[in-house]
Amino acid sequence: MTSFTGTGALARLALRLDRVRLPAWVLVIGLTPAATAAQYKKLYPDEHTIQQVAGVITNPSLVALNGPLFAPTLGGLTAWKIGMTEFVLAALMSLLTVVRHTRAEEETGRLELVRAGVVGRYAPLTAALLVTGLANLACAVLVALGLVGTGLPVTGSVAFGVAVGLVGLVFAAVAAAAAQLTDSARSAVAIASAVLGAAYLLRAVGDTGPTWLTWLSPIGWAMRVRAFAGERWWPLGVAVAGVAVLTVVAYTLVGRRDLGAGLLPQRHGPAQASPGLRSPLALAWRLHRGLLIGWLIGMALSGAVLGGAAGAIGDAIGANPQITDLMARLGGGRKALVDAYLAAVFGIVGLVAAVYTVQATLRLRAEEAGGRVEPLLATPVGRIRWAASHLVVALLGTTVLLAVAGSAGGLGYGLQIHDVGGQTPRLLAAALVQLPAAWVLAGLGAALFGLAPRLAAGLTWAGLGACLLLFEVGAMLGLSRWLVDASPFAHVPKLPGAAVTATPLLALTAITVALIVAGLAGFRSRDLG
Amino acid sequence: MTNAISVSGLCKSFGRTRALDGLELTVRTGEVHGFLGPNGAGKSTTIRVLLGLLRADAGTARLLDGDPWRDTAELHRRLAYVPGDVTLWPNLSGGEVIDLLGRLRGGLDQKRRASLLERFDLDPTKKGRTYSKGNRQKVALVAALASDVELLILDEPTSGLDPLMEAVFRECIAEERDNGRTVLLSSHILAEVEALCDRVSIIRAGRTVDTGTLSELRHLTRTAIAADLAQPPTGLAGLAGVHDLVAEDSRVRFTVDNERLDAVLRHLTTFGVRSLTSQPPTLEELFLRHYSEELV
Repeated sequence: MTSFTGTGALARLALRLDRVRLPAWVLVIGLTPAATAAQYKKLYPDEHTIQQVAGVITNPSLVALNGPLFAPTLGGLTAWKIGMTEFVLAALMSLLTVVRHTRAEEETGRLELVRAGVVGRYAPLTAALLVTGLANLACAVLVALGLVGTGLPVTGSVAFGVAVGLVGLVFAAVAAAAAQLTDSARSAVAIASAVLGAAYLLRAVGDTGPTWLTWLSPIGWAMRVRAFAGERWWPLGVAVAGVAVLTVVAYTLVGRRDLGAGLLPQRHGPAQASPGLRSPLALAWRLHRGLLIGWLIGMALSGAVLGGAAGAIGDAIGANPQITDLMARLGGGRKALVDAYLAAVFGIVGLVAAVYTVQATLRLRAEEAGGRVEPLLATPVGRIRWAASHLVVALLGTTVLLAVAGSAGGLGYGLQIHDVGGQTPRLLAAALVQLPAAWVLAGLGAALFGLAPRLAAGLTWAGLGACLLLFEVGAMLGLSRWLVDASPFAHVPKLPGAAVTATPLLALTAITVALIVAGLAGFRSRDLG
Repeated sequence: MTNAISVSGLCKSFGRTRALDGLELTVRTGEVHGFLGPNGAGKSTTIRVLLGLLRADAGTARLLDGDPWRDTAELHRRLAYVPGDVTLWPNLSGGEVIDLLGRLRGGLDQKRRASLLERFDLDPTKKGRTYSKGNRQKVALVAALASDVELLILDEPTSGLDPLMEAVFRECIAEERDNGRTVLLSSHILAEVEALCDRVSIIRAGRTVDTGTLSELRHLTRTAIAADLAQPPTGLAGLAGVHDLVAEDSRVRFTVDNERLDAVLRHLTTFGVRSLTSQPPTLEELFLRHYSEELV
């Protein structure tokens, strides 16, 4: 057992290092379901209203987005509405935490110092998994208690909480294995995130088509627990088995490899730089390239799938007189329903693209904190030119991402209804109209980088998190108008379908410009380090 | 003779920590200037101010007749810098970093690049994350030395190099000096400083405590004397300039201020000198004295 010596001390260290970060994750994941349930209780106070909503949810696009609704009850509705968000958040928390305490420590060389002490070979990985497991346990307990607290059945609340915690554990194990494959933390996060993306897509496609695909996805396992809808516990066994297998893989790999090394071979680079690598912008492009390409693939796939799902909506409506009736009364009909779905989807696409925007913008701070900007600024490259190089990539990268998502959506939907030429520009517009709002987050990141560099990463992510929360539950929670309006995404015209007004788009762009100018001015006059 | 660097009364605080407290530094054009001080004395802070990365709170700093904060880009065209802790982009090869930094500085001499790579025995195809500390330093050194610049600012450039590479480094700096370049060399390796530097400045707690040529600095220090006398000496302890006296019968050991050496030796001979060894102060002693002295 000496291979595990020091696990306790390392686990305490990890808890100390994450004393703000992890509780924040746990609170958001733990309390959101109860908040959703409480709000639904107000919105749909009786059986009848719930049945009405449940009818709408049978349409495939919503099923692709959030999974099927298993029971037309308050609990079923809550699990359906917040389930996917919870699973993805728990997965992200877990994979980031595991990589942060394993590969990231190893890459920076801190683990070398630790492992030279009385610390066993398996201790760092075990400590990381313990801490992540603890966080997931806390999430599960909070979720279950919160739901019970709003008056929902105990069995369903526990099933939902356990499902959330287990998805987290699965992705902790995925990250543990991924961290052994590559020698960089960034790549380990990328691999684990790609698995998460694939799990989401498999479930989305499986829920609307060949069901067996769902069973390949850890998110699918959690869904099939059917919380509040005649709980089935055995899918949790599948998740536990998945955790066990991946954990064994991770431990086996740790036992075989050298400290600092990955399993994937380290390739050599060119002895000389390509002739193009001669400006800060060229360097920025080189540094951002991998991340952007990964995002492009993800956005193209998601756009196509989500666009394709819109085609199925039309079919579902034809077969469901209830909805046709409802839509007719709301005064839109079939086309309006599809447009409403697409507008909602591209609202989400805009927020997701903003995740890239924030990642790319915060690269500024990462380069500075990593000490890699000093040698550059000791050359004739000025501060503004260097900072602008990363911002250009962040702003243009976001543009390209949204353009690709819109085009792929138009293609996916257009092919279904034989109108590629008509739908592509419509959905391209629906995607690009999100751009000014996503840019505001680049502006926020830039301003904080210039004026409060140490807080830049935390506050920018918090800003994006607030936008996500306001989008998800803002209107539902009945928050006051000005608070909902604080999100730049609240001002984006709901395309396709709505009328476009230039004013909010111009205003958002102006805000972005002002924030960037303030950030650059701050950066020019502050100390570096 | 003009000055490449002249710093006076430089102050810089980080929060409550006073990193620089009225620092003075003058580097003449064409000299190799040693910049010495214990850890945390403010060497890197001074260099960062000179590079325009930090803004001084008070005092003046002139670099190549320019203002390091205002004229950053123009000045940086004429200098190259090697940081003490070199971090490279993990997925760029060493060769790419060398080319990039050189090109940003306005081009680098390909022939010199090739010969430096060979002399430093550096593989330019490895990725940044796979280099050891010493090899990362070599990347930064090759990038700096292959550029055609007037001033080299080197912050403990050899702290990760092996003795062989350290020798190569010394050769390179000697060549740079012969080519008329100015070098500011922050270092802990005293043999390196002794071999390369025309003048040195010693700083402590953000202040300059001594500056001058090595022989000037030595002049102010003590010589160690060990003597075997014909009879036990008297009155030695009372002599001005005698320190650390240890006497056992007729054998004595002590150190003496160099300006008192003559008077003390005269006194010794009155007791009949049987044997005598004297050691000039080593550089280590010189620095130890400066580093450990309480500041008044």
